[in-house]
Amino acid sequence: MLEIAIGIILSGCALGAGIAMLAGIGPGIGEGNAVASACEAIGRQPEAKGEVTSTMILGCALAETTGLYALVIAFLLIFLAPGRFVNILLEAVGK
Amino acid sequence: MTILLLILTILPLVCSIAIKVAFIPASEGIAISGAHIFFTIDLPFGGLPITESQVNSWAVLLSLFFLCLFLTHGMKTKNIGVRQIIAEFIVEKVEGLVRSSMGEMFMGFGPFIAAIMGLSAMTSLQSLLGLYPATSDLNVVSGWAILVFILITYYKMKAGPLYYLKGFTEPIPVMTPMNIIGEIATPVSMALRHYGNVISGFVISILIGTALSGASSLIFGWLPGALGGYLLRIGLPAIFSIYFDLFSGCLQAFIFAMLTMNYVSSAFPADEYFRRKALKKARLEAKNIK
Repeated sequence: MLEIAIGIILSGCALGAGIAMLAGIGPGIGEGNAVASACEAIGRQPEAKGEVTSTMILGCALAETTGLYALVIAFLLIFLAPGRFVNILLEAVGK
Repeated sequence: MTILLLILTILPLVCSIAIKVAFIPASEGIAISGAHIFFTIDLPFGGLPITESQVNSWAVLLSLFFLCLFLTHGMKTKNIGVRQIIAEFIVEKVEGLVRSSMGEMFMGFGPFIAAIMGLSAMTSLQSLLGLYPATSDLNVVSGWAILVFILITYYKMKAGPLYYLKGFTEPIPVMTPMNIIGEIATPVSMALRHYGNVISGFVISILIGTALSGASSLIFGWLPGALGGYLLRIGLPAIFSIYFDLFSGCLQAFIFAMLTMNYVSSAFPADEYFRRKALKKARLEAKNIK
């Protein structure tokens, strides 16, 4: 019985990490939009290339933040959460 | 003298490699773990662990210090050498960046921004030497982010603490909790952005290395000895590391510095500050006339 419970915990952590990384969709679309607009801007005004590029990189970094939050949560779920949850379970069972 | 400084520049990094080789046991296969703890100093409020990331970041600090000395010692006004050209190039680039994104008023920020950029880039590039990059430890980048947060708060308080507190109730008093959360979110997001980018590259590099060793022992397993396991791992990981270590590390340094500049310069309440300064001056003049 305990093995099944631990198995459920591990699979839940792995699935949770995978689902958390769905948040990567948002920054992907957002950064794509930002780069597309930057390309248009450079095409229209090639002399402003340096300024547009540095602003675009800054905007991309800001848009990336939510994806990185998801990445950190996925790391926690993979490396930290299983051991902690299994410990809690073992304490609750009394072993 | 020049040679001595150059040796002193390289020595800290070599020392940290030697410390790594001497004190950290080699791990078998795939191992993604945090920084290795060398020893713990007992303090009244709890233990202070001395970890790999501390050692590596101090090595980078020393290395950068001696690099700056190496570049700038023996400066001349005529017949300048290559070292001085490089130093002048760096200073000019950083000052141009600060001027274009912060304005003339913040020109004193040039050395600070250059220091943050150099420290961040060098620390991230440590992974090229096989060291543990200190920026993939959340504690290190959190320290930098807290420093930036203190700077931001200092510049917000330039027009008086009451004006700073009043800023939280803008545009309407109901928004106060949201504004406080937004204030705290700035350093948290800065630290997590840098940490997340570097550690994702670090983890992906390890995964690529492991996958390549597996694939190579599958394809070239018939070769004698341990050669089969290493054949695909020669050179190929370096190509991926161009993006994940070189490009990403330098980009994160640039982004961290840009964000610092933007936050600090936008935190400064220029209108209110100059209005108060003018008021003070007028009051002082009125007093003098009396």
